[in-house]
Amino acid sequence: MGDWKTITVPVLSSDSKNILSYTSERKISPTSMNSQVLRFSLPSSKNMHSFFSAFCTEENIEQSISYIDRELTTLGFPSIYAESKGKELNLVSIINCMNELLALQHKNLRAQEEVEMQHMKLGSDMDHLQNCYAKLKDQLELSKREIVGLQERDRQLQSKNRNLHQLLKNEKDEVQKLQNIISSRATQYNHDMKRKEREYNKLKERLHQLVMNKKDKKIAMEILNCVGRADGKRGAWRTDKTEARNEEEMYKVLLSDYEQRQKQLLLENAELKKVLQQMKKDIISLLPPQKQKPKEKSEDGLVLSDQEEDIGELNKENMWELSCETVREQLTNSIRKQWRMLKNHVEKLDNQVSRGHSGALNEKDVISREDHELETEKLELEIQQCKEMIKTQQQLLQQQLTCDDDTTLLLQDCYLLEERERLQEEWRLFREQKKNFEKERKSFTEAAIRLGLERKAFEEDRGAWLKHQFLTMTADCKSENATTPSAFLRSKYLVQIMFLHSSEPDIRLVKSASRQRKPPSVLSTPVSAETCQYIAQNSVASEKPAADNLPNLWVESDDKEETE
Amino acid sequence: ASCVQHRLVVRDASSLQLLQLYTCLDQIQYIEWSSDSLFILCALYKRGIVQVWSLEQPAWHCRIDEGSAGLVASCWSPDGRHILNTTEFHLRITVWSLCTKSVSYIKYPKACQQGVVFTKDGRYMAVAERRDCKDFISIFVCSNWQLLRHFDTETQDLSGIEWAPNGCVLAAWDTCLEYKVLLYSLDGRLLSSFRAYEWPLGVKSIAWSPSSQFLAIGSFDEKVRILNHVTWKKITELDHPATIASKKTIVYKEVEKSPTVDTERLSFPPTRELASSLFSTQSKYDISQVPVSLQYVKPVADRANPKVGVGMLAFSADNCFLATKNDNIPNAVWIWDIRKLKLSVVLEQLCTIQCFQWDPCQPRLAVCTGTSRVYLWSPAGCVVVQVPGEGDFQIVSLSWHSSGDSMVLLSKDNFCVCYLEREEV
Repeated sequence: MGDWKTITVPVLSSDSKNILSYTSERKISPTSMNSQVLRFSLPSSKNMHSFFSAFCTEENIEQSISYIDRELTTLGFPSIYAESKGKELNLVSIINCMNELLALQHKNLRAQEEVEMQHMKLGSDMDHLQNCYAKLKDQLELSKREIVGLQERDRQLQSKNRNLHQLLKNEKDEVQKLQNIISSRATQYNHDMKRKEREYNKLKERLHQLVMNKKDKKIAMEILNCVGRADGKRGAWRTDKTEARNEEEMYKVLLSDYEQRQKQLLLENAELKKVLQQMKKDIISLLPPQKQKPKEKSEDGLVLSDQEEDIGELNKENMWELSCETVREQLTNSIRKQWRMLKNHVEKLDNQVSRGHSGALNEKDVISREDHELETEKLELEIQQCKEMIKTQQQLLQQQLTCDDDTTLLLQDCYLLEERERLQEEWRLFREQKKNFEKERKSFTEAAIRLGLERKAFEEDRGAWLKHQFLTMTADCKSENATTPSAFLRSKYLVQIMFLHSSEPDIRLVKSASRQRKPPSVLSTPVSAETCQYIAQNSVASEKPAADNLPNLWVESDDKEETE
Repeated sequence: ASCVQHRLVVRDASSLQLLQLYTCLDQIQYIEWSSDSLFILCALYKRGIVQVWSLEQPAWHCRIDEGSAGLVASCWSPDGRHILNTTEFHLRITVWSLCTKSVSYIKYPKACQQGVVFTKDGRYMAVAERRDCKDFISIFVCSNWQLLRHFDTETQDLSGIEWAPNGCVLAAWDTCLEYKVLLYSLDGRLLSSFRAYEWPLGVKSIAWSPSSQFLAIGSFDEKVRILNHVTWKKITELDHPATIASKKTIVYKEVEKSPTVDTERLSFPPTRELASSLFSTQSKYDISQVPVSLQYVKPVADRANPKVGVGMLAFSADNCFLATKNDNIPNAVWIWDIRKLKLSVVLEQLCTIQCFQWDPCQPRLAVCTGTSRVYLWSPAGCVVVQVPGEGDFQIVSLSWHSSGDSMVLLSKDNFCVCYLEREEV
């Protein structure tokens, strides 16, 4: 539009003092014309009048009218003059123009208001923004300061870290150095030790030579008499043979130790293998029964073949004793497989349980459900069977309770009769056995009596024979003079004879007599020594009471066997 | 048998009745019975003489004089008829035979903790030797003293050797500066070598289990490592910490019991036994609640042979228990159950443990700590036994009878025999 400038209308100069800064007149003009800004506002009532009177006075009506007309036409309003030339004013057009002007005025006022509003808004926005800006600037400052502080700290920490690393490296270096020092010192000490030891050895050698050279009679052993060796044997010369024998013995000792250890290990191995087999069986039995589900078929197939194999293996007992690599590996592998399957099975069950609680069903559950159903069927069958059993039992009970007295009595009688018959049978058997025992006892007593008689006869015989012996021996004794062990034994022998003559005859002596009869004629000392021993044993045994002969006959004969 | 100055006194073991009295030339330093209990050797180190007495024939005598060679150690051979004398400076070992009056020499024996060991059955003897700054082991056959095997060991400085009870394996261990345990078979082959760590101080003590199944190695790092006889590898490490936290361990603590005296029965002047009972402190065992912290002694860092580490190891006769003593915790005996390889019992005493020994027949452990009390432990429980008598009887060491029925308690000047009753079944 145009420029808003304050204007002092020079034409109406008389009341220019009254024209306050706020009075303005809208002036639209091209640039060459008045460069004056008009500020439009509602003038005060006083000034309005003066203003109005200032523009148009009675003198310059024509001029002002023409001026106004010019202005209006330039604004696009129709002219206020009438169409005919002259100075007649078109009132209508004047009023229209005025109306138009008023409308314009209103519009402009409104626009101004709006603009002022906007201006105020913008002003407040601007304030707000300025505040924000100020705050943000403060924040920025703060954060910058913080950043600087943190960077400082970071730097400090890094430097500390570097210091610590450095320290660590230093320590490590020191440790390494110390270790090197230690090892070098150790080698030095070793060297010194070796040197000192060599000197010492030289001294020892020297001393040794001196000691050996002296050959003073002092180094000697004075012993009253030589003592026999502990094991009674004589000392052996040291030869190559003995060396070889020593080696042999040493190796024997080692070998026996190794053999013992190996035996122990074999036993342990066998036990462990047994345990493993047992475990395998248990695991196989724990695994679920085979099903014809396609999913499980592969597994089943494997398990079946495995089971067959395993059963085949189990049947071959000699497999247990084999300890070659392949068998061992087979066993451990099969156990591992079974264990894995068991683990999977248990895991599946766990999953099922957890899922069963939550109620969700999967494809996997189908199988387990079948399991479950089978089990429930089985259980139901069992329950039915039990119920039936209970029913039958109840029936029987009822029968028992409610049946007639007669029938019960009869039944009882039947039982009693049965029992009585059985008892009678047993009595008969018992009596028969008793008779048999009596017969046996009689025969044994007869045998004992016979034996006693025989023994007496034998004793007499023996007495005669011993007397003969004694006589011959005393003859021999006179010829021998030295105290030899044989004579010693013979004297013992004689003592024994004396003793036995006084003791009661025993069955055992019968046996020894039979043995004695075998070498009766040989009088060499070893045999007599043997007989002495036998007799000594028997005399010792004869201490046992000979009174209880008969009932314990066969017990004593057992003892006899043992002493022989 | 016991020796007093220069006299040898032999008593009967069950009645302590004096049986024989022998007089030697000088003060006796060491006595040993022969394996068949027929002879006793008395070694007089200062004079370099060994005198042998016979029990069966008191008039019999034997004297072995080493002369200028001097005498440092003397022992019987397992057949009871040979005496091995180690001369001074470990110049040589002379083997004197009582049967044939013959002499044999073993050169270059090693001067170490345990240089001459015999197998349990007495067949073989192993001697540690050192020639030209290298260690060797020679194995001799005891019946005729023939050299069986002679081999070198890879040790720096062999510190000891020990036969396994089955006589087939020989364990050799190095000086404490190097942790190394070598296992040789009877024919001299190296079966295995074991090394737990490199630098710190090494092996302090070694013990075989009676079944030869385990070898327990006690080291200066307060741990016991057990090797098994099949692979000779470590099967477990037993640690000896100062605090015991496991609930399954029983801790028996020796507690002093104040003497209870009946005031009514006090008599004047006080009888001797009353006086002794007033002044001698009684003690008993209390079970401490776990966790227990034991008295830990920090060793002096500068000295050699520090009192650190597991210094005493012993297996029980039935192969079920292992008793150990950690020198850092000198008042406690640790008893481990071998079947479970776990710590089963800890005995905490008031004084330092001097010596402990297992009963040769049952799992019974006798402990002495230098007081006048001997402590017995068995899986059934433990008991404190006071040595009756006046005055102090400081038990320094003890030794069981081979039947397990009695044991000898030794103090500095006296000894007494403690008889254990058998339970009436």
